[in-house]
Parts: sequence; C-alpha cells; structure tokens
Amino acid sequence: MAEKIKVSEAMVECLKAEGIKVVFGYPGAAICPFYDELYKSNIKSVLVRHEVNGGHAANGYARISGKPAVCIATSGPGATNLLTAIATAYADSIPIVCITGQVNSEQIGSDAFQEADITGSAAPFIKHTYLVKDGSMIGRIFKEAFYIAGSGRPGPVLIDVPMDVQNEMIEFSYPKSAVIRSYKPTSKGNALQVKRVIKEIKDAKKPLLCVGGGVFLSNAKKEVRELSERFDLPVVSTMMGISVFESDDERFFGMLGMHGSKTANRAVSECDVLLLVGARVGDRAISNPAIIEKNKRIIHIDIDPAEIGKNITADIPLVGDVKTVVLQILKDAPKLSHSDWISEIKGFDKQSDNKKSKEGKIDPKEFLSRLSEVMGENTHVVADVGQNQIWTATHYKMKKGRFLTSGGMGTMGYAVPAAIGAKLADEKSEVLAICGDGSFQMSFMELATAVQHGADIKVIVMKNNYLGMVREVQDKAYGGRLIAVSLEGSPDFIKLAAAYGINGVSVNDEKSMTEAFELLKKNTPCVIECVVDDFESTL
Amino acid sequence: MNEMKHTISVLVENHAGVLSRISGLFSRRGFNIDSLAVGVTDDPEISRITIIVSGDEHTVEQVEKQLNKLVEVIKVKTLKKGEKLERQLVLIKLSVPLEKRSEILTIADITGASVIDISQTTMTLLLADTYPNVLRFEEITKPYGVLEEVRTGTIAIQKGSETMTFKK
Ligand SMILES: Cc1ncc(C[n+]2csc(CCOP(=O)(O)OP(=O)(O)O)c2C)c(N)n1
Ligand SMILES: [Mg+2]
Repeated sequence: MAEKIKVSEAMVECLKAEGIKVVFGYPGAAICPFYDELYKSNIKSVLVRHEVNGGHAANGYARISGKPAVCIATSGPGATNLLTAIATAYADSIPIVCITGQVNSEQIGSDAFQEADITGSAAPFIKHTYLVKDGSMIGRIFKEAFYIAGSGRPGPVLIDVPMDVQNEMIEFSYPKSAVIRSYKPTSKGNALQVKRVIKEIKDAKKPLLCVGGGVFLSNAKKEVRELSERFDLPVVSTMMGISVFESDDERFFGMLGMHGSKTANRAVSECDVLLLVGARVGDRAISNPAIIEKNKRIIHIDIDPAEIGKNITADIPLVGDVKTVVLQILKDAPKLSHSDWISEIKGFDKQSDNKKSKEGKIDPKEFLSRLSEVMGENTHVVADVGQNQIWTATHYKMKKGRFLTSGGMGTMGYAVPAAIGAKLADEKSEVLAICGDGSFQMSFMELATAVQHGADIKVIVMKNNYLGMVREVQDKAYGGRLIAVSLEGSPDFIKLAAAYGINGVSVNDEKSMTEAFELLKKNTPCVIECVVDDFESTL
Repeated sequence: MNEMKHTISVLVENHAGVLSRISGLFSRRGFNIDSLAVGVTDDPEISRITIIVSGDEHTVEQVEKQLNKLVEVIKVKTLKKGEKLERQLVLIKLSVPLEKRSEILTIADITGASVIDISQTTMTLLLADTYPNVLRFEEITKPYGVLEEVRTGTIAIQKGSETMTFKK
C-alpha cells in the first residue's frame, strides 16, 4: 500500500505537476494547512496586499505565460474579496485557478466564523467550481480544474477546500489526464465550413479581418498574421485583440468600436465581408450589430459555439480553436491581393493635428506615443480602466510585447497587480502599468508587493484629478453636474512612491519628460506621473 | 415575436449543485422558465432535467448552447413538436360532502384520474396527463372547492424508438 500523505501536501504536489512556479495569495486560518505545505516547496509564494489583486496578478501571469495561473485566499472575506478578480478573468476568458480555504466540513451551513458560500457566489461568472468533500478526490479535481481552466474557451475555476479536508490523510497519485465525459471542447473546424470561408474571402471585394482576444488565448498570433498576409487582408482589432498585430503593420488600422479609431470603424462599415476571429462582438466593439448584419457577409470563427449567433448572426459560422482553424484555412488558401481596398482605407486616415496643451499640462496621447518609442520592443503594456485605457489603447504603439487590459469587465485597479503578474511571468521584458489617478488608488498598495518580490514594473499615472471618464459622462449627459468624480485629496504620487522606496518623476514639461524617460531605463520599479489637463477628453 | 413554449431535455451528472448551476444560468441570462423537473435516470450517475422555456428560436438556441457550456451537462436536446410525449402530474384535494362522492368518482373515471385518499370531508385526486388535459381537469374540479393543488413540472420523452441516453 502506498504511503499516505496529507491532502494539503497533495495539493502542492498537484501544483508542481502542473508546472506552477508562482502563486499569488493571501493567507488566513482556513488555508493554513495548504500554506504550510507550500512553505516546504520551491513554489514562490507572492503575498499580495488584497485578494482581488492576487486574482489580477494571476490573470496577468496567465496571459503572458499562456497557461493557467494560481491565486489563493482564505475562507469568508478572503474568498469574497476574490470575486471581482474572478468576474474579471471570466469576462476576458483568462485561465486562473483559485484555491480557497473553507470552514470545516461539519460546520458548512452553520454560519460559522468566516464561512461564505464561495462556490455559490462565484457561480454566475466562473467556468466551473469544486467544493471538495472527499480528500481522496483531490488529484482528480486539480487535474480537471487545470484542464477546464485552460482548454476550450479558457476561464477561471475555483477549488474550495474545507480545512478538515486539507488535513485528511490520503493515498495520492496525480492523474495523467482529465477525462470528463460531459466536457469535450471542439478544436478542429468543420472541413466544409473551412472551404466556404475560403470561397467567401476569394469572392469578396473588400474583406476585413477583425481580431479579438481569442487569438492570444489560442496562441495564434503568428498564424493570424500569416492569414492577413496570404489573403492581403486589412485588419482591425477589438480592445482585447490589440497587439496581435504590431501597431505599424501596413495592414493594421487600429481598434474598432465606441472608443476606436475613425479609420477602423469606417473600414468596418465599408467592407463587404467581415471575418471575425476570436472576437465575441461585445457591445463596446460593435454597438449596432443589426446594421452590420444587414449589408455584409459575416464569417465568425470562435471556439465557443454560444458566441456564434449570440450578438451577431453569422453567414458562415465556424466553431473551433483559432490556431487550428486558421491553419486549416491556410492549408488551402490562395494568395490574394486587395491593394486597392487597402489604399482606400489608408485614404480614410485624416489624423487630427495635435492641439497645443496648456502650460504645465501634457497631451496624454502624444506622451503615450512618445513613451512607446522609448520603451523596448518587447515591452508588455497593461492598461487600467478609464480615459487612460482608451488613450493607451489608441496611442501607445505596440510592437512585439503584449497589450493587457480588463476589456470585458472594465475593472479599475487591474493594471498594477496584473503588471506584477506579467513581470513575474516574463522577467526579461519590461512591463508598463498605465493607470488613471483613480484606478491607481484602487491598487497602489501592490507597490509593496512589487518591491517585496522584486517585480520591476514601471507605473505610469495619468493624473487629471478626476475620475475622468465618468466626469466626461456627467459633463455630456448630466448637464455638467459633477458629483463624486473629483479626486481632490489624492496623495502626491511621487512622495507615495518614495514611501515604498520607489523613484518617481512628475512629468509636466519637456525637461521632466526627458528625466522620466531616463528613469524608465533603470532596472528598478518606478512611478511616473503624467500631468494632463483636468478636462482632457477621451477621444 | 414568435414566443413559443419549447421542451428541452438535459442529461447531467448526478452531482450536488448541478441543479443550482442550471437554474442560476436561467436567471442570469434572463431566460424564462415555465417549469423544470428533475430526476435520476436508469443510470444512477445521470439525472435528466426537463425544462419548458418560452421564447423565440434565437432564445432556445442560446439556452441550448449555454446549457452545453456547463461542465456537468452531458447532453442537451430540444424535443420537437409532434415527436414528443409530455406529462405533468397534479394532486388536487377537494372538499367533498358525502353526497357528492359518486359525482367525483365519475369525474375521476372519465378523466383518467385516480382517487388516492379520502376522508370524511375530502377526496384527493391524482392525474398524470398532458398540460392541456391537466388544465381541463382543473376546470372541471374547481366547482367542488379546491382545498389544495400541487403540480409537478412537465417531463417528456421522444415517441417511438428514438432515445436520448448516454452510452458509456
Ligand atoms: C471597480 C470599478 N469601479 C467603477 C468603475 C466605473 N468607472 C469607469 S472609468 C472610471 C474613472 C476612472 O478614473 P481614473 O482611473 O482616474 O481614469 P481616467 O478616466 O481619469 O483616466 C470609473 C469610476 C469601474 N470601471 N471599475
Ligand atoms: Mg483620472
């Protein structure tokens, strides 16, 4: 008979078997047995300063590593603090595995101290949950959890482990694979549909490719770029699809949608065939699908059958993993040319001239564009939420690095913790967190985490003294009755950084901008504040 | 809009919590459930849920697809009109004085209901029938004074040799 081990030790063995090197979390009594086993392992345990940020850090780590990442919380308030991060990961289909402690099995349902039904409360915005009742199932549950999180349309999975279960003694072996009869995601595309897609694009006069976050989830950047090249397809992207193409790619015309570029939106309205790849047609990207459905042919490639036909009716639906399907298409794809159509789109481009900024204020768009020129080409950029997010999405010129943001949920405070996760997943590349002065104040406590764990992230705070995006809404739609949007009382961000032992520069003129760009070259975390006009507009 | 009632049969893993995932999905996505019935199948590991939803074709398609996304859902099928057999079960407790007992027995006889309990002042009837017949039965029994009524959700099966089972 095999030697028995504690479930908590088995949990760590599961993580090792999954190749987990770092976990992000926050302990409490109910998860102590597990932490005690982590103590004995080589897995790096990162203490975040708030559970939600553990979830966001795992989110950033997962996006960059391309594999499920782990976050941990204790029962009750620890677990409920994770909820926003779970919803954020779910909305963007990011694979994270959340491990929570739970009160002892026999106390469940008794409103015990720090008891919260976390599997129940996460249910509406999580891919799957487990409440572990029998310790001997732990291996199978972990194997399934990682498999479910990372396969098909990825997403968060939660494993809730009562404290007594963590202390159970079991015979343990980690299954080699997960066999779930009720879960069989499709990866290969239907051959007939693939043929139809090729024909449709061949017949099109003005085809347009729209790429979404699904391209990254499927690790298909290279293949999708090749598709654009082979068919000579102009490209636009959703916010989640930014950086699939480099910003200066000759066929790339920027982000579409409510906050997108005029060129991209005009290309969408004038194309005759729209090829959506790993894009779910969210309302911020395509606000009026009915119009688009009416006068163009739509090809929709997505791994989630439920996304096809949900927001827009596709003429040619094609269910499958983006990479697999695009490779299928490329196998039989002829070389095409659409140079006239591409020049036509180039002609749409009427850049509005940069206006002059007020004395002591910086034009955020120009700043971000210049910032992208001084940063290395592999720099990953994490945009927070608000005007700062839109400025970054539209004006930071992405090269080889990845653009990350909370696209689906629009969760303020995402940038700093996600940047820490991204940095720990790819320590060779620079990672920028670009925040607003509001969103930075939702997670600046994580500067301590960055310092403690040597995550050299560069934080840019776009300071307009307002919850700018909401201020703008109140100005435009509520007669300028500004309420609860002024950030008066905010700390001096440079002094705040100094309190964490982090250097900073406030940028309000050419000279300070040069200084800031110098500081960014150092191998240490830094905080750069960019002073913009209080009433700067989003677009 | 073409708002119709649709019968959806779902095979699920017989796990704790599955039912709440399914009912939660309906409320979260704003689908309208008319009825839901659940019970274990001949395979004790698998339960079968019958859901009646109102909505147009697009809604039903989304219901099917969203149900399929739940990890513990094994199979989803919308049973077509004309190809399905549906039944509901209703228990009705009537206030019945002695002199009316034979009348009630006649009604039971004609409608195919059975009398499953009797007391000095009441009779309890059971009917398992289609939804329209259950409604008719309610109409007929109403004048006798309904003290209590309990109905199950509809369950359904395909006609003929068609089955919806899961082969291991
Ligand atoms: C957690 C959370 N709360 C509220 C909002 C609503 N919201 C969207 S943008 C925004 C303002 C963000 O302010 P700031 O970070 O200063 O960015 P700015 O728009 O000024 O660039 C708010 C409050 C949100 N997206 N997330
Ligand atoms: Mg602001």
